[in-house]
Amino acid sequence: MSAYIAKRALTGFATLLVASLVVFAVLEILPGDPARIMLGMNASPEALAALRDEMGLNQPLVTRYLDWVAGMAMGDLGRSYTYSTPVSELIAERLEVSLPLALLALALSTLIAIPVGVYAASRRGQVADTVSMGLAQIGVAIPNFWFALLLVYVFAVGLRLVPAGGFPGWDNGWQALKALLLPAVSLALPQAAILARVTRSAMLEVLGEDYIRTARAKGLPRRTVLWKHALQNALIPVLTILGLQFAFLLAGTIIIENVFYLPGLGRLVFQAISQRDLIVVEGVVMLLVAAVILVNLLVDLLYAAADPRLRTSR
Amino acid sequence: MSIDPVFEASGERHILRQAMGNRSFLIGLAITTVIALMALVSLFWTPYDITRLEVAQRLKGLSLEHPFGTDHLGRDIFSMIMVGARNSIAVAFVAVGIGAGIGVPLGAWAAAQRGWADEALMRLNDLVFAFPALLSAIMITAIFGPGAVNAIIAIGIFNIPVFARVARAGALAIWPREYILAARASGKGKFLISAEHILPNIASILLVQGTIQFALGILAEAGLSYLGLGAQPPMPSWGRMLFDAQTRLVVAPHLALFPGLAIVITVLGLNLLGDGLRDVLDPRVRRER
Repeated sequence: MSAYIAKRALTGFATLLVASLVVFAVLEILPGDPARIMLGMNASPEALAALRDEMGLNQPLVTRYLDWVAGMAMGDLGRSYTYSTPVSELIAERLEVSLPLALLALALSTLIAIPVGVYAASRRGQVADTVSMGLAQIGVAIPNFWFALLLVYVFAVGLRLVPAGGFPGWDNGWQALKALLLPAVSLALPQAAILARVTRSAMLEVLGEDYIRTARAKGLPRRTVLWKHALQNALIPVLTILGLQFAFLLAGTIIIENVFYLPGLGRLVFQAISQRDLIVVEGVVMLLVAAVILVNLLVDLLYAAADPRLRTSR
Repeated sequence: MSIDPVFEASGERHILRQAMGNRSFLIGLAITTVIALMALVSLFWTPYDITRLEVAQRLKGLSLEHPFGTDHLGRDIFSMIMVGARNSIAVAFVAVGIGAGIGVPLGAWAAAQRGWADEALMRLNDLVFAFPALLSAIMITAIFGPGAVNAIIAIGIFNIPVFARVARAGALAIWPREYILAARASGKGKFLISAEHILPNIASILLVQGTIQFALGILAEAGLSYLGLGAQPPMPSWGRMLFDAQTRLVVAPHLALFPGLAIVITVLGLNLLGDGLRDVLDPRVRRER
């Protein structure tokens, strides 16, 4: 098992390293001089040259790359050109919005999808199954930002229950949670639709197994068999999709945070791209890539722990 | 050209009868055809000229003259949705073409070579999958400038590993078959075998994947143009229309309704078509459902 963990961790790390090369190479193609962006169009040539020197822009590419990677390894992501604050501080500040948002969405989607999927599978071919899977089919087709607009129209403009956008900060926890509610729901819905379909088909597969018949035959109640025996064994494909969805959720926050004017990571990176604040873009992208790799690694390990056969088959 | 025994048994007429009896397939085909026709017709006719701005007619609600109302510049929403369909379909179609055109040969090649080539391709796939697709698409369009062409490239790049993976998995399952062995014994090279025997046999799973990616492409295009990174005005796009609608949500909610519905219906149609195709073309899946 430890050899398996070591091998998976090593591949994950190698992927991260190559990803850093790609991110650096791609962003260095970007036109626009960061020093000029920081100082504005009227800066004197001397000041420009001094700042370029200070930012290390005159160094060869290889040196700059190595400096950047070494810095990242020690948690130093550099200093933003436009905000003039360390990138790590900016990210930490924005994570206070994005992380709760993504987790809330993930929780909502799981809480909706798994019961619906299990229930649909247990009522296979009946009205409840047809209706819930029909709704899931529609849910998959709904763009989250459009769903967000509909929610804003109904719950913010019409019923005035929640704000239409903005974020009051965590000083008032209830207000903050209210501000994140619509964004989380709009992120969660399409994910829940996908997850419900996966749960249903995984459950259908498990429900055909012999041990389910045995459990039923020895007199266990239908409910126990369904929610305990069957669901536990159907969780592996569900976990895989959850891991994949984490990446979707992170990326989804970019659009959703723009819909709701939330000061999160997605909005930070979107604005940083348009302002050519490369160092911020590089930092955020690397953080997201690392998160995706880490989550997928965790998922792999989780199901290696759940199913010993998977450890050797790779 | 050899056909896998599984498919031979079903026969073309059989598949057609299956398709005609498959509800998902029929509904999906009907929706997709209507949307495609709307896009085609918009090439030479729309109810109103969408390049003519009539401020006197701005933000009109639903009426007989304008069934979906008018936007903030007095343009007919229905006409804009017709032209927008053209944009969505074109972007998603070419993006799928890029993905399949590069991904399928790569996947087939990896399956034929095995060894280091296979390993390298799979690791490359992992790498691309580690980047949240939308984030990278935003980066690409931001670097090369917003526009329909760059949106196509951004979406297309992320279709490549998807098709490579599907083609590789399909091809790996075909290679051990006996007729492949026969073809090799008769002296055919890996390239010829891949082109003549492997590809026809994985065509159906590729078609199904293509339909799914088409639907995802339309969603991705809508997201990019909503952020202002897709097709640029005055070319209408469904995502851009939603962006314009957002600030006028209180005064003219109908602006947000119809472009969104257009996206949902199109994606729904393509997904149903994909599900139906899978049921009809792949007998193994059919039994499980």
